[in-house]
Amino acid sequence: MLEITDLVHSYGSHRVLDGVSIRAAEGELVCVVGPSGCGKSTLLRSVAGLIRPTGGRVLIGGQPVDRIPDNLAVVFQDYSRSLYPWMTAANNVALPLRRRGLDRRRRREAATAALDQVGLADAADKYPWEMSGGMQQRVSIARALAYRPSLLLMDEPFGSVDAQTREDLEDLVLRVCAHHGMTTLLITHDIDESVYVGDRVVVLTRSPARVAADLPVGLGDSRDQIATRQLDAFVRLRAEVGRLVRGGSSTSTVLEKH
Amino acid sequence: MEHARVLRGVAGVAGFLAAAEVVGATGLIDDRFLPRMSTILRGAAELLVDQEFLADARASLAAWGLGLLLTVAVSVPAGLALGALPPVERAVRPLIEFLRPIPSVAIIPLAILIFSDNLHLRVAVIVYAASWPIVINTIYALRDVDPLAKETLRSFGFGPMSVLLRVALPSAAPFIATGIRVAAGTAVILVVSAELLAGGAEGIGIYITEAASGNRMDLMLGAALWAGLFGVLSNTALVAVERRLFRWHDVRTGAAR
Repeated sequence: MLEITDLVHSYGSHRVLDGVSIRAAEGELVCVVGPSGCGKSTLLRSVAGLIRPTGGRVLIGGQPVDRIPDNLAVVFQDYSRSLYPWMTAANNVALPLRRRGLDRRRRREAATAALDQVGLADAADKYPWEMSGGMQQRVSIARALAYRPSLLLMDEPFGSVDAQTREDLEDLVLRVCAHHGMTTLLITHDIDESVYVGDRVVVLTRSPARVAADLPVGLGDSRDQIATRQLDAFVRLRAEVGRLVRGGSSTSTVLEKH
Repeated sequence: MEHARVLRGVAGVAGFLAAAEVVGATGLIDDRFLPRMSTILRGAAELLVDQEFLADARASLAAWGLGLLLTVAVSVPAGLALGALPPVERAVRPLIEFLRPIPSVAIIPLAILIFSDNLHLRVAVIVYAASWPIVINTIYALRDVDPLAKETLRSFGFGPMSVLLRVALPSAAPFIATGIRVAAGTAVILVVSAELLAGGAEGIGIYITEAASGNRMDLMLGAALWAGLFGVLSNTALVAVERRLFRWHDVRTGAAR
């Protein structure tokens, strides 16, 4: 579904991505974790077609990304900047659907349905600034869902909310991605989160970013904030990812699997 | 809070009027040059039933409204174009910086030469003078639109024109509105100035000229008072509209008004 091959990007002489290759199968949720400032966002922007990488190739569903693909949606970390304050939640969600050629009534229906899915059925006519941070990020997620992308990109989507809200949003994303069978690339610096949410965890090295390891999570489809985090497999994998992010070498046998 | 502020403003105005009246009553100022405040206010009140003045006021109001409408229609698109196309903006910038500081009143004699119709003259002068604050505000507001807000719409596959109209324009709207409010005040000044300088058949400026030549200082100052009052009222009305339309902006910037 998603094939990133030898992606290289430099800002001037400063190399940020140094040959990153990541694959995601249809319906897979891949977490990309790495130290802050290692080029994760650059990676996401290249996949979204928002910047043109210096080298390498990105294929989505076999199609090369040479401009902004129309089967993709992005959820950014900063919901307060990415939602439009002059629009209600429903209108924010409905806006991208203009690209789908839906009429006003159909857009409204799709927006209402998406808001319902993220548990905001009652907030359709509220403005973003009347909502909590967690609710606003739910609106962003609803906006991405309503667009029905085949690839969902999330850039630190839970980075600006409190811990409790973060857990709720993690479970929400797990639920809706599974429900829609959406291929998802989630970028985070949170080791714990990458293991809890991902089907696979791709660890990037410090800048310039390379793939340090590509680890299958193997915790099954149903996850629970308390029980899953207590599993031995979870604890081991978290430690493994933690070591890799800090620049250590992997102790497991799964190394650099492409 | 709001009430206290209004009350304080009223007290200030009343205090000034009373002080002016007292100074007038002491005979310090020759009331052939500056009539007593009570005389001016009486003159201003008389103007309300003076058919000639009312016709003049209507003519000025029409020129003001038409001029402001045309100003908005010209300067908002111009500002959007300049704000959206930095190379064009850089090319035009020196011209703007040269023309803008020229006192607008100084171009009225030129306008008199160009326009034979008095309405056209006033409208043209308004458009020239009142466009600056709107154009400048629009350019700066577009420059400050959050890149992430634009990128969000771009990521959904919207083109540059859609991003301009659906994200940049609404983001910039509160600042454009402020520019329009400043322009409205400028337009009042220009309409009266043009009438004073160019003459003509109708307008508050014409009325003021005639009252002055008839040595009716009270009516002259009364007419000026109404022109000033109109400026205050239009400003207040526009502030109210802005507050209503751009509540999201006030909430976001944390403006306590």
